[in-house]
Amino acid sequence: MTLVSGWLLYGWSIAVQTKTKKTLAKPNIRNIVVVDGVRTPFLLSGTSYKDLMPHDVARAALTGLLHRTSVPKEVVDYIIFGTVIQEVKTSNVAREAALGAGFSDKTPAHTVTMACISANQAMTTGVGLIASGQCDVVVAGGVELMSDIPIRHSRKMRKLMLDLNKAKSVGQRLSVISKFRLNFLAPELPAVAEFSTSETMGHSADRLAAAFAVSRLEQDEYALRSHSLAKKAQDEGLLSDVVPFKVPGKDTVTKDNGIRPSSLEQMAKLKPAFIRPYGTVTAANSSFLTDGASAMLIMAEEKALAMGYKPKAYLRDFMYVSQDPKDQLLLGPTYATPKVLEKAGLTMNDIDAFEFHEAFSGQILANFKAMDSDWFAQNYMGRKTKIGLPPLEKFNNWGGSLSLGHPFGATGCRLVMAAANRLRKEGGQYGLVAACAAGGQGHAMIVEAYPK
Amino acid sequence: MEFHDPPISASQSAGIIGKLFCKFILKYLFLIGYICRNFTESSALLTRTHINYGVKGDVAVIRINSPNSKVNTLNKELHSEFIEVMNEIWASDQIRSAVLISSKPGCFIAGADINMLAACKTPQEVTQISQEAQRTFEKLEKSTKPVVAAISGSCLGGGLELAVSCQYRIATKDRKTVLGTPEVLLGILPGAGGTQRLPKMVGVPAAFDMMLTGRNIRADRAKKMGLVDQLVEPLGPGLKPPEERTIEYLEEVAITFAKGLADKKISPKRDKGLVEKLTAYAMTIPFVRQQVYKKVEEKVRKQTKGLYPAPLKIIDVVKTGIEQGSDAGYLSESQKFGELAMTKESKALMGLYHGQVLCKKNKFGAPQKDVKHLAILGAGLMGAGIAQVSVDKGLKTLLKDATLTGLGRGQQQVFKGLNDKVKKKALTSFERDSIFSNLTGQLDYQGFEKADMVIEAVFEDLSLKHRVLKEVEAVIPDHCVFASNTSALPISEIAAVSKRPEKVIGMHYFSPVDKMQLLEIITTEKTSKDTSASAVAVGLKQGKVIIVVKDGPGFYTTRCLAPMMSEVIRILQEGVDPKKLDSLTTSFGFPVGAATLVDEVGVDVAKHVAEDLGKAFGERFGGGNPELLTQMVSKGFLGRKSGKGFYIYQEGVKNKNLNSDMDSILASLKIPPKSEVSSDEDIQFRLVTSFVNEAVMCLQEGILATPAEGDIGAVFGLGFPPCLGGPFCFVDLYGAQKLVDRLKKYEAAYGKQFTPCQLLADHANSPNKKFYQ
Repeated sequence: MTLVSGWLLYGWSIAVQTKTKKTLAKPNIRNIVVVDGVRTPFLLSGTSYKDLMPHDVARAALTGLLHRTSVPKEVVDYIIFGTVIQEVKTSNVAREAALGAGFSDKTPAHTVTMACISANQAMTTGVGLIASGQCDVVVAGGVELMSDIPIRHSRKMRKLMLDLNKAKSVGQRLSVISKFRLNFLAPELPAVAEFSTSETMGHSADRLAAAFAVSRLEQDEYALRSHSLAKKAQDEGLLSDVVPFKVPGKDTVTKDNGIRPSSLEQMAKLKPAFIRPYGTVTAANSSFLTDGASAMLIMAEEKALAMGYKPKAYLRDFMYVSQDPKDQLLLGPTYATPKVLEKAGLTMNDIDAFEFHEAFSGQILANFKAMDSDWFAQNYMGRKTKIGLPPLEKFNNWGGSLSLGHPFGATGCRLVMAAANRLRKEGGQYGLVAACAAGGQGHAMIVEAYPK
Repeated sequence: MEFHDPPISASQSAGIIGKLFCKFILKYLFLIGYICRNFTESSALLTRTHINYGVKGDVAVIRINSPNSKVNTLNKELHSEFIEVMNEIWASDQIRSAVLISSKPGCFIAGADINMLAACKTPQEVTQISQEAQRTFEKLEKSTKPVVAAISGSCLGGGLELAVSCQYRIATKDRKTVLGTPEVLLGILPGAGGTQRLPKMVGVPAAFDMMLTGRNIRADRAKKMGLVDQLVEPLGPGLKPPEERTIEYLEEVAITFAKGLADKKISPKRDKGLVEKLTAYAMTIPFVRQQVYKKVEEKVRKQTKGLYPAPLKIIDVVKTGIEQGSDAGYLSESQKFGELAMTKESKALMGLYHGQVLCKKNKFGAPQKDVKHLAILGAGLMGAGIAQVSVDKGLKTLLKDATLTGLGRGQQQVFKGLNDKVKKKALTSFERDSIFSNLTGQLDYQGFEKADMVIEAVFEDLSLKHRVLKEVEAVIPDHCVFASNTSALPISEIAAVSKRPEKVIGMHYFSPVDKMQLLEIITTEKTSKDTSASAVAVGLKQGKVIIVVKDGPGFYTTRCLAPMMSEVIRILQEGVDPKKLDSLTTSFGFPVGAATLVDEVGVDVAKHVAEDLGKAFGERFGGGNPELLTQMVSKGFLGRKSGKGFYIYQEGVKNKNLNSDMDSILASLKIPPKSEVSSDEDIQFRLVTSFVNEAVMCLQEGILATPAEGDIGAVFGLGFPPCLGGPFCFVDLYGAQKLVDRLKKYEAAYGKQFTPCQLLADHANSPNKKFYQ
């Protein structure tokens, strides 16, 4: 990766130094570990998974996890999945997928939703169940299938159909039908827009980038970096969390298909996607609509050890934040990072692997600028000083949501596994996972490498 | 006295232009913004004070920033500096295009300086000002170097005329950014080429709509109309305050467009929609044009009743430009502008403008404690109305009623008020919900211990008011203000049972509270200054225009109305048909006819007021027989609210019919008319002089502190004809002597009710005495 222009120089490189803390283990609190985690290949929506239902993809992640960890199904106390745009038929998709994957029908399962941090919520819900002693073994994951979304009849049409259902006599039915108007047939589509502001996320991202004066070139450069690093990681076989998925009636899918390193010249040709004609967010510097699922086996450390596992990482302190859903929709990482570090008693220097969710290049770069601004810290975060920039050489080194894809409900587990796998591969003790989410919410979590 | 404000799309035909014009006067006067300002310093000779510019690449960025003011105003200094700057830009080889932007986030240019017009003595002087601006803007329009107007905040009057002379317009899409030509509301017309450019830019019907209503147009609407070419979204926090960064971003975007225009990569021409193309095509047919002029003129005549000269002249000027070419159009514009600026109507409207600026200030200063928690007693029309204008300003509001049904009705009223705004797209449904959650409905006094102010809006019954005052004082904190929304009960009598009369004040709102802008605040001898400051602060927050008056029966507004209402009854008794009476009053300039007004206010309320004030003022308030009201009440003819009054009101029926059951009541109370004072004009003047005489007496007795407040109260609260500028302005413009003569004539016929008050007589005796010097 060549240094294309100024912003890459923001990163400061730091010599390996001793950690503020040797471990984040706390007395009298159970250590919680990730035994392992997997995901299906993340695919552009409308490709190989397009005829599936969400629980099919989730099931593939679960069976992949069973295969990878060989965990006896009956040991699993609880299953939690995150998802965002729900298929109405399988609203508790966790349960449907688990049953199909052959888990015991005695293992309860529930589904959580928290926009792009739904899988994070699934994991931390599991952490809570284990920490409080309710469970020892939890499977957490997430799924999203953007190839098929619930397009509904209009409210008027739905009302008419429900009324028709209730109508008893022919006369009543005719009277209901007579109320029908052609415009009732206009369908209602789910939008990737904030309910509270009606603003689409891309539009908000474009405004956010403008507010922080992030240029189009900077965004394209960052997107190119993401794709290049993802390609490299894929080629080098570093994306070990991906499990192959034999799609019924189709070939076995073995890798993510959205990684497309292009050139800045090509990217510069694209027209803005949201704020036309002068905006800066384009299809090339945004994450794309993605199908995919992830799953992760979380256990109390003593349980994992008793079962003979060699865990990959500890799940440590985490933090949820929320802020103005209009003007700060995607600034979750900026708010969550200093808080989770303080909670854990760490500093930015202690972090060896940063894994931030990349919704848009502009969003990542706006977060960088916010994290690097004393003015922002003082005026909006109630802090005396800025938290500072994550060093770029430790940041999303194996690609990110821009290139690997972003199935809304599943990304959280991918981030944690990327951090855990990177710590093992690159060496290092602490990883920081952070993500923004619709609703102006955000999440951050510390992942600690399990001693080898 | 309801003032509707239906959303009218400007692209629609001229047929719907302008709902009742005079109503718009009321509605929009306050929207004009603070056009007028005084310069406290003389502009320095060498440096420019209003405008500076810098060059970025080959784009000149011209920044407008009038010193010592929140707004930029188009005055002589700014104008001459603009000419200087443009000449430099045109002369420079380095510069290929320009961006025109304000350094003030909330204001592009709020309009021309009306003091500049007021200082002129002759129409010719005003015409000359217009012609100078026309010349400058024409040069700007013909500039070979493209100029992009980057608009953030109010862009009104002369500011808009400047913007439409530029080659391209980009506006910030926020609520502060409004475009419009409010000149008509001041009795003048857009005098700097607006009447000629707007029809070409947005089409004739839309241009008429803009100029004849003076409405403010939001940026997104302006984009659809073709008034602006691009929108820029407001930005949130970044590395500097949002407003600052948004302006900077607007400038950046404008620069790219300026470059694009200079490089001919961007065309200043706009793609028109099908409807627009068809309208434009239709307007090329002379017959269609004539029909449009005719239609608009008819509409205006009907609505202004010939009382406002400006709208007709606007039509005339636009017509001249289209039919006889630009030169004739510009000449006509400047001449008519000069003529209009000298009219009584314009002076009256400008007086009102100054008055309302005055009544938007808190003369008591900031209160010691900001009111954050408001409690309202009584969820009736008034109580709920007060709640509605409070919750949407962020005040946490408790609404207490005695019954669940009453409370539910009130809550629904607040919700409906907000929801109507959602339908008009003034609010999102989410904002509505979030605003509505500021309201807590309840039947008990829970939470009153946190209230900073309690406004009671229970029935107009002194003993009931005493009871709630005592109940409330038992639960509220020491600093809490107790305000009574009564329209006639003296505040000192209500305060008589208070443990802390210094905290008791009157806040008289007008119905419907969300539409009527006036708030009459009544102070007693004992009311403390801080209590007054608090009440005014709350009123201003609620968006009200405020007059502060002394306590007394009927205060100011109700008291002025009472003798006029008494006269209404007499006129009806004399056999004038309510419809005729209505038409006589509306043709004098009142927005609502006198008989309709009684129906709207409520016959029972009118009766109540007539009795109370009749007791207080005796014979002077005699005139009509209050028995008329008593009989109406006993028959259940309470006006609009009961479906019957002088008229019959039916849901969904637009043209109301006379209530024929009134015939027998009117017949039983019939008195013979006196022919010497019963001409149409006399009937109008009997009503108006009784009103004006009482208003002047209020000033004489010190109920009113200033004539300006009297005018604002009468126009904004009671619908006194805006074209007359209010009772005091009317005395000045019409002549005190002529009024006194009329009063004496009516006194001779009817007696004491028409005896001119001393102050009015004084003014008649010394013609130099004016309420406004």
